[in-house]
Amino acid sequence: MRFQTLAALRFGFGVPSGAPKNVEAMLDSLGGPDQSARDWPIEGLASVLPAVQAAQAEKAAAMGEDAAFALAEMEDRACRSTFVRAMTGDGFRERLVAFWADHFTVTGRGAMDGMLPYALVEDALRPNLTANFEAMLMQVVLHPAILVYLDQPQSFGPTSRAGKRQGRGLNENLARELLELHTLGVGADYAQADVRAMAELLTGLTYDSRWGMRFDPRRAEPGAETVLGRAYGGDEMVPIRQVLRDLAAHPATARHICGKLAVHFVSDTPDPAMVDAMVAAWEASGGYLLRVYAAMLGHPAAWGQSLEKARQPFDFVVTALRALQVPPQAIFDLPDARMRKLILRPLAEMGQPWKAPRGPDGWLEPVSAWITPAGLAARIDWAMRVPAALGDVPDPVMLAERALAEAAEPALLTAIGRAETVAEGVGLVLASPAFNRR
Amino acid sequence: MQRRFFLKGSAILGCSAAAHPLLSTVTLAGSDGGRPLGDHRLVVVILRGAMDGLDVLRPYGDAAYAGLRPTLAVPDSGVALTDFHAMHQGLGGLSTLWQAGSLGFVQACSTPYRDKRSHFAGQDQLEAGTGFDVPAGAVRDGWLNRLLQAMPGVQAETAYAVGREALPILSGAADVRQWAPETTLDLSPQARLLLEQVYHDDPIFQQAAVEAFELTASGGMGAEASGKLADIDRLVDFTAARLRDATRIAAFSLSGWDTHKAQAKALPRALQRLERVVLRMQEQLGPQVWGKTTLIAMTEFGRTARENGSGGTDHGTGGTMLLAGGALRGGRMFGRWPGLGESDLYQGRDLMPTSDVREWAAWALRSGFGIDRALLESAIFPGLQMGDDPALLL
Repeated sequence: MRFQTLAALRFGFGVPSGAPKNVEAMLDSLGGPDQSARDWPIEGLASVLPAVQAAQAEKAAAMGEDAAFALAEMEDRACRSTFVRAMTGDGFRERLVAFWADHFTVTGRGAMDGMLPYALVEDALRPNLTANFEAMLMQVVLHPAILVYLDQPQSFGPTSRAGKRQGRGLNENLARELLELHTLGVGADYAQADVRAMAELLTGLTYDSRWGMRFDPRRAEPGAETVLGRAYGGDEMVPIRQVLRDLAAHPATARHICGKLAVHFVSDTPDPAMVDAMVAAWEASGGYLLRVYAAMLGHPAAWGQSLEKARQPFDFVVTALRALQVPPQAIFDLPDARMRKLILRPLAEMGQPWKAPRGPDGWLEPVSAWITPAGLAARIDWAMRVPAALGDVPDPVMLAERALAEAAEPALLTAIGRAETVAEGVGLVLASPAFNRR
Repeated sequence: MQRRFFLKGSAILGCSAAAHPLLSTVTLAGSDGGRPLGDHRLVVVILRGAMDGLDVLRPYGDAAYAGLRPTLAVPDSGVALTDFHAMHQGLGGLSTLWQAGSLGFVQACSTPYRDKRSHFAGQDQLEAGTGFDVPAGAVRDGWLNRLLQAMPGVQAETAYAVGREALPILSGAADVRQWAPETTLDLSPQARLLLEQVYHDDPIFQQAAVEAFELTASGGMGAEASGKLADIDRLVDFTAARLRDATRIAAFSLSGWDTHKAQAKALPRALQRLERVVLRMQEQLGPQVWGKTTLIAMTEFGRTARENGSGGTDHGTGGTMLLAGGALRGGRMFGRWPGLGESDLYQGRDLMPTSDVREWAAWALRSGFGIDRALLESAIFPGLQMGDDPALLL
């Protein structure tokens, strides 16, 4: 397979003819402006907070549901724009956004919180996609989406003023996930005492819809805390920012995240030499993510000929929509019932309900987690049925060429030729291993 | 490597089942062609939304009950099971099972979850099978999956998660099957043949497809199902067919229990579905397999002792667990009754739990599959004290 084909399949959303021709082009595009975010805007916190406040005020006063509806509409547009960005934007950039949104998994647990996961992507992930990991981590951890999802507003220093008065105590959720998922990784050398000290250090950090993230000194546990052998003290946010800087710079964090990137993009069992090269780039650049991606793309193991990973359902659907040349505006304008029937329900049937992973550890990586009897049945069903429901189906041979180029196996081309209907031919292409692997 | 529920240094489980220090003490129940779980069947039904145990199993013998439930505790309604308890009439079809000793209830039980009364967190704890000693979020796999992890030689088809929604109780490192009986795959014979050719050289796709084709083709089981409960019939028929074959553990969930208002109308609808699950399971398994089956229906927590102002009940603490199956030594009430007097209630509002739902689940695993007690109290339900043997099963 040519570079362009692998770049499209492994690092993008398919369609080789539009893919970059070399690593430099991939990195240049990534370093350039975030065009799809401009073309298909999604509100960040600055717009979300007033909308949530309005909806809450309306509910409290039993004043109808205009503001609640406006908020729901904002969320609906954000959902559609997320699909359209993936369909139209630079493939590698959009795949990286999905990677980081999964690394920092958040879900919105009710109508009032539904926009927060989208706002996290806008405010903290997309702007920092090629920046230092430290910058990304800092903005993510101090973002209401993470604070709410991981129960930080329920955490009180046990001997803080508010904690003593209200009889409240620590909630370790954010502290644990920060160490275990976001930075060091579960295999790293830390103990429960570090989690607890981290939780105490984070007390004071909270959220409400009026002020967004804020520091409430009445909840903060007094005194210094020792995390990973270092004492953190000082006023308000100072020690919190310091511990985040230290976690971002910790060698275990570099290895954890480089390993995750390699597993996500290249192989469930990546070449250790490639991960080492990524870690070296991380350390040499102080966690500069563009350098880390460059080290991955610059390593021969990233371009192995065998397609070892399976597309996750969102990735599968978007890749199909691109290959089928469904107009982006058609997805943006798809009536609600059809959006649910043709896109969102099938995603759930394939095992990836929209924006609803079960826990903060996000979606599973192994091929075996996705290509299950039920998951594959849902992909086949979608491949055979949905393209015709979305518009005119293309000639299957042309579709195979556009979607897979030389990755289309002879067995697939033979099978297409024997299909009884065009729709079945299209279904075979989209349900094939080549289309579902990357 | 899969994520583990204890931090390094305090880990009970190692990286693989083979490294488990307690594994050698596992008693293998039977041999059944080398299947490590033997011949017993366990069905776990998660009742999502918090079932009102005090309405399902009505403690008429408690003097305070009528006062707490002025509209819900209709005098002389329900099916009297003991001189103290009546079963909600919505489960009336199960009374012959009670008489036959194939139905039982655990009264006043709950998970260790307390106070915030959130469905989400409560169900997480129910399915994770954890207690206070394990911080929230520190366990990501379910207790049924940890059972499988601890059993060498289990096959994926040993356990089935049935239905579309995620079933955390069965999720984790051990491979399990998941299938939603409502999955349709309308393929022409030619399309199916061509797909088989396309998948021929990719083993993962090939195996998944073969199984998907088999399962959708045999979707005939329950295809005749129609009417209001057709979805339940399909669910049960599929599950029973697996249990008659190589599957030993199945889990699924039923929702519709969150009866904040008009409970007198809403609860019977949910109970009708639960009743159908039990009766149809008995019918579909046939006497022989039913005789080796234990069904446990458990919910995240109970509801308030007092009914609220809208004819319903709010989130509470102590609840009721339903046990059924030919393997059960039933026809009796399990657990201690705490009383409904003002000072008996938990925080003055909820039925006080007198036992942990995990104890009963653990004894069902101990008696049904012969799982070692030390394994149950450490790896499967970390930190649980199982207490005395309640002689749950025959």
